[in-house]
Amino acid sequence: MSPRILRIALPLLVLAAVVLVWDLTVRLFAIPPYVLPGPELVLSTLFADAALLSQSLLVTLAITLEGFLLAAFGGIALAVVFNQWRLIESAFYPYAVILQVTPVVAIAPLLLIYLPQPLAVLACAWIVAFFPVLANTTLGLNSVDHNLIALFDLYKASRWQVLWNLKLPAALPQMLAGLRIAGGLSLIGAVVAEIAAGSAGAGSGLAYRIVESGYRLNIPRMFAALLLLSLAGIAIFFVLSALSNILLGRWHESAVTRER
Amino acid sequence: MTAAGPAIVSLRNVSKAYESGTLALSDFHLDVRAGEFVSLLGPSGCGKSTALRIVAGLSRASAGTVDAPDGGTGFVFQEPTLMPWASVADNVRLPLKLTHADEARSRAAVTQALERVGLAEFAQSYPRELSGGMKMRASIARALVTEPQLLLMDEPFAALDEINRFKLNNDLLRVWQELQRTVIFVTHSVFESVYLSQRIVVMTPRPGRVFAEIAIDAPYPRDERFRTSAEYAASCRKVAETLAQAMGEAP
Ligand SMILES: Nc1ncnc2c1ncn2[C@@H]1O[C@H](COP(=O)(O)OP(=O)(O)OP(=O)(O)O)[C@@H](O)[C@H]1O
Ligand SMILES: [Mg+2]
Repeated sequence: MSPRILRIALPLLVLAAVVLVWDLTVRLFAIPPYVLPGPELVLSTLFADAALLSQSLLVTLAITLEGFLLAAFGGIALAVVFNQWRLIESAFYPYAVILQVTPVVAIAPLLLIYLPQPLAVLACAWIVAFFPVLANTTLGLNSVDHNLIALFDLYKASRWQVLWNLKLPAALPQMLAGLRIAGGLSLIGAVVAEIAAGSAGAGSGLAYRIVESGYRLNIPRMFAALLLLSLAGIAIFFVLSALSNILLGRWHESAVTRER
Repeated sequence: MTAAGPAIVSLRNVSKAYESGTLALSDFHLDVRAGEFVSLLGPSGCGKSTALRIVAGLSRASAGTVDAPDGGTGFVFQEPTLMPWASVADNVRLPLKLTHADEARSRAAVTQALERVGLAEFAQSYPRELSGGMKMRASIARALVTEPQLLLMDEPFAALDEINRFKLNNDLLRVWQELQRTVIFVTHSVFESVYLSQRIVVMTPRPGRVFAEIAIDAPYPRDERFRTSAEYAASCRKVAETLAQAMGEAP
């Protein structure tokens, strides 16, 4: 079999095996659905509650997307500013790090006090997703081949020409790697904030559904919501990977298949 | 042949100490006249690249005076130094783009430069699709595309096989004669330096100083007949002996 088919078939095989074991376990040990629902029940719940859950999914996805876009533009813009003005970098980089190393679960309750809930959730999504974009883009901008910089100097290129024609394209692979991480993290940020808001919150995203179902002991719906969250995360990862492959096209080692 | 013109490059008492403490050049002199073909010959690590970068204004001398043209210089780095995200043609076009050259004229110049190095077919390829020697030729085309007054080349043919090296040696001499330009050529090959240059500057091991200057008087155009001539062999022997003496003088 070709490696391409194997790369798709093998994970699917693992999935099928896990679902089978899960199903058998639930049936054999007669586990009640409020402890562990079987895969069949989770799926049927997913369809039964489709209207409610898909609405929640849209809410979560919208917040994730907003947080991601803010993080992407903010992170790239700030990385460029840091790269162009080293003094600003020295002044502010430590605070960007502090923002990153403080667990978002710990910040979320505070944000929920000071901001209206939708804004607090968005802020959380942004905080966690922002730093990988900033850090990766900064690394990319700073690791341009010195001889290429010398070449641009030789032809008296302006700062703008160096940035636009050399540094940004050279940083593209790292930038895209940062964005790929940020996509998953902004989903996590959005979920964490909603969970922190808990049942007291007025949320309507998937995380809120999970908390709510937990209180109502509606375990199958919890699983269904969880399943949707995972699928959303996977979709985000694939979309960003595809974007990365398109942009890096023929030139970067990570995007081209090696011919032997 | 080419009558020596006015001085175009002049380095006097130039020293270069890197921040790491390495003294790469010490009391280095180099005078090059317009239209000359001069080679810097010396063992690895003796400061040839450093000297070339100082001439190009890419590195500052720690001491001494440097007189060299500001702009209008082409540089071929020791590594190909191509932009991996741009096609060969776009890489070669870069100097014209940076100097805001006219669009139509740049296209013609890029085509001509690629033809000179035999890469016309690969204009739309990406650097990773080229062999090591082809990358180097693309890099040479990029330096030639502006037809610079002064061409600085840092071991451009070191990665090439002998057949291609001989061919590019001849191409380089032809371009040099056609365009009447000045070339400073770094190499550690005795044979290559004798074949190409009017004058060879033999350097001592680090810290690099000028040990001797040897004129190669054979007339141009030089071709395969020159490569097999007794005169060439004699010059090579002389240069090799001088280089050996320069190495023996190491501290
Ligand atoms: N950027 C740098 N920082 C510190 N030391 C350097 C740097 N570049 C070169 N050197 C040192 O300066 C010395 C001369 O280096 P240079 O590259 O000029 O040698 P070279 O004659 O071109 O050698 P090769 O033939 O191997 O290319 C070496 O000892 C090297 O270690
Ligand atoms: Mg060198």
